[in-house]
This record gives sequence, C-alpha cells and structure tokens, in this order.
Amino acid sequence: MEMPDTNLLLKNLAEEIRPAMNGNTCIVGIHTGGAWLAEKLHGMLGLKTPPGLLDISFYRDDFGRIGLHPEVKRSEIPFDVDDTDIILVDDVLHTGRTVRAAINELFDYGRPARIRLAVLVDRGGRELPIEPTFCAFRGVLDEEKMIDLVRNDSGLLELKFRSRE
Amino acid sequence: MQKNIQINQHGELQHLLTIEGLPASMLHHILDTAESFVGVTEREVKKVPLLRGKAIFNLFFEPSTRTRTTFEIAAKRLSADVLNLNISASSQSKGETMLDTVNNLSAMQADMFIVRHSQSGAAHLIARHVAPEIHVINAGDGRHAHPTQALLDMYTIRHYKRDFHELKVAIVGDVMHSRVARSQIHALTTLGVPEVRVIAPRTLLPRGVEKLGVHPYDDMKKGLKDVDVLLMLRLQNERMQGALLPSAQEYFKYYGLTPEKLALARPDAIVMHPGPMNRGLEIDSAVADGPQSVILPQVTFGIAVRMAVMSILAGN
Repeated sequence: MEMPDTNLLLKNLAEEIRPAMNGNTCIVGIHTGGAWLAEKLHGMLGLKTPPGLLDISFYRDDFGRIGLHPEVKRSEIPFDVDDTDIILVDDVLHTGRTVRAAINELFDYGRPARIRLAVLVDRGGRELPIEPTFCAFRGVLDEEKMIDLVRNDSGLLELKFRSRE
Repeated sequence: MQKNIQINQHGELQHLLTIEGLPASMLHHILDTAESFVGVTEREVKKVPLLRGKAIFNLFFEPSTRTRTTFEIAAKRLSADVLNLNISASSQSKGETMLDTVNNLSAMQADMFIVRHSQSGAAHLIARHVAPEIHVINAGDGRHAHPTQALLDMYTIRHYKRDFHELKVAIVGDVMHSRVARSQIHALTTLGVPEVRVIAPRTLLPRGVEKLGVHPYDDMKKGLKDVDVLLMLRLQNERMQGALLPSAQEYFKYYGLTPEKLALARPDAIVMHPGPMNRGLEIDSAVADGPQSVILPQVTFGIAVRMAVMSILAGN
C-alpha cells in the first residue's frame, strides 16, 4: 500500500472534522501518536479547551499475557467529561482493542454526550466492532507490517512502515 | 538469605521483599508507574480494571491497621479481590504453622500475598515456598525491611524535591529497631542521594551503621544543619521500658522535632513520618501540622505506590 503525505492526511482529517464540531466538542488523543495528532488538530481546529491525553495501559486486555507496559504515562483529561462531545483521536486503527480500552477509560472520568473516533489511517484487521467516524486514509495492510507515527525533533509528524518484530 | 529471589529469570520483579539489591532503574520504574496511578486516584472513578479476578491476601501476623488499610485500598482500586487475614488472632493460636496457612490460601487460588510479620525474613520464607505464579510483597518483617514504605517516601521526596542527586536527607529516631530506616537507607543510597544522615541517641544507632553509607549523629542540632528532607521514625513505646532510653521527656528534649530544631534545617526542608505519630515524643504538633509537613501527602502517595508495585508484580 502506498501512503500519501502525512501532513496532507492530517489536513484532510481536520477538514473532515471541522463541519462536525459544535460548541461542546473536545478532543482526546491516545498516547503516543494519537496525542500528537490531538495537539495538532486542536490548533488547526481552533478549539479552546486543551486536548486530553489517555494512556490506556491500565485498561489493556493483554495485561494477563504481557504484563504492565514498561512506561505508563499519566492520563490527563483537563475538562469535565460529563455531557461533553468527545472526538477520540488515534494514529492508526487496526484491531480496535486500543479504542475499546480508551472508551472504557473515558467512562471512568464521566458520561460523555457522545464519542466519535478520528484516525489518520484505517489499516483494516479489526477484531472488534469499532469503526472510525473520521478517517483520512483507508487501506489494507499485511498483518506482518506495522505503521507507526513518528515525531522528529522539530515536531513534524510522519507515518512510517516497519516489519513486525 | 538468598538475595535475588525477588528478581525472576527475565530480570523482572517477581516479589518485593527488600530494597537492598534492586537497581535504581527498577525503583524509578515503580515511582514513574505510581505517578500514573496518582492520576487515577484523583478521578471520579478511582479504579482501574487491571487486576480484575486476582485474589490478594493481606497476611498480617502482626497487627497494623494503617498499612493493611492502604494495601487493601490499593488492591481494590486495581479491581482485585482482597481478603484480610489477621492471623495472630486465628489459625496461629490453633497451632497451624505460617507455611500451612500459606498452603491453604494457595489452594484457594491466591495470586498475591502481602505479608506483615514480627520475624525478620518471614516474607522471604513465604516467597521461597510459594508456586512460581504467586507474588509476595513484604509489608514489614521484624527489624529487616519495609520496602513499600521506603518507596512511598522516595516518591514523596521526588515529588517535592525533583532530583535526588543534591539532597541531604536525615533519618531521625530509633534507627536500631527500624525496618523503615533500613529500607529508606537502601533506597536513598541506590537513588544517588549524596548525603544520608542518621540521627539518634547512641543506644539507638546500630553499630557499624556507617557501612551502609550513612553519617551517624547523636547531636540532633548538628545533624539537622542544612538538611533538605527529614524522615522521622516512630518511637516504639516498649523501648522506654528497657535501658535504651531515659524517659519520654528526655527523649523529646533532645530528639523530638520542634519548630526550633526544624529551623536548623534548610528553610524549604520537608518533614516526613511513616505514621502513626507519637505527638510530643518524636515530633511536636506544631511541626506535624505545620507548613513543612508532608505527612498526609505521604499517605495519599502510598496508595499509588502500592498500586504500582502490585500491578508490576502481577504482570511479571
């Protein structure tokens, strides 16, 4: 699969989200790639409330198999989740398990009015009934391959392919 | 005593029995993980599903309401099922040995034991005895170790002072009989604190304490000079009955932390105490409730630190 330019995808994603926002919309990114995207989208969309960050390590479904992630970042939701219209952001949607964990974690902060999902890339391979509301690029990627969002020193985001370890 | 029984073949923490021998990176990992759990405890729902379905037994062979409660809250906030056994009051009095008790609970599919015992080495003994999938946390054994207390103290120091590498830390009180002091000394030196002092009357300073890398003082006024962190120890009342100490009044006069003595430390020094405090014996109420006291934050952080230890162990 050929991947278009990351910044173009990000711009397209922002334009897809823009008309769907209301005064009650807040953005939450999933650590790490989704959090970087949430920061960018927050600026591009001119949202006033700062973006939230979720590290879903305490909600993963594979804790029993692989244990606790070696680096857990503290989740920060800087707004009241109750009755808020939340756009949950992640870089790559694959099995859907991360999104499941993130939704569960959000509900431990309160009862949102709505959660919609925005992803840069949907690579297929779903194992749960989860679909993105906003998606900049769709393609089916071989299970042996991974896509990572990386951020360089100047804050520029780029999608990169690699083989699964 | 086999030292590295707490590290498994993959170099991960299998049990937490003592701070001694653990690398700084492992201590920092626990403190970093605890920081994320502090976030959880500040939420509306103070619970995560991490240890759902796990059975954690608080085995307290020596009474301790406070430590048992913090472990219990920590386990519940991880969604584990926690059972408290106050063993001095039940099977031990019927003649069942400690390992018989452990065998019985293991047969009930226990996943983790939190052990408090008046005998040094009790948690080690249990850790060596249990099946490999069971984890043991030492919640205080005799005079030996109290690693989670030391870790929560380190968390508190890091929270207020950020960096360990330029600190002067004083441990004040009955160092001789204190498992807390021993674990604190190991943690502080491992994390790179350049100057650890122990302040106590000579009768309460273990011989050869310098070998642990600390500087002993029997004059509190000298010992507190320029100190950044004061770790007060609880003075056990029974020590007053022997020949080790003259009287409570005498002790308070020379080693009780009053505002006057605290003024000798750095102006931004923090005061810590593992609790429960003997007000008017090792610490004056004016200090315990004063602006430099971080004794209550210690309690709050203690829950997050125990959540971190439990979840790291359960995942290894």
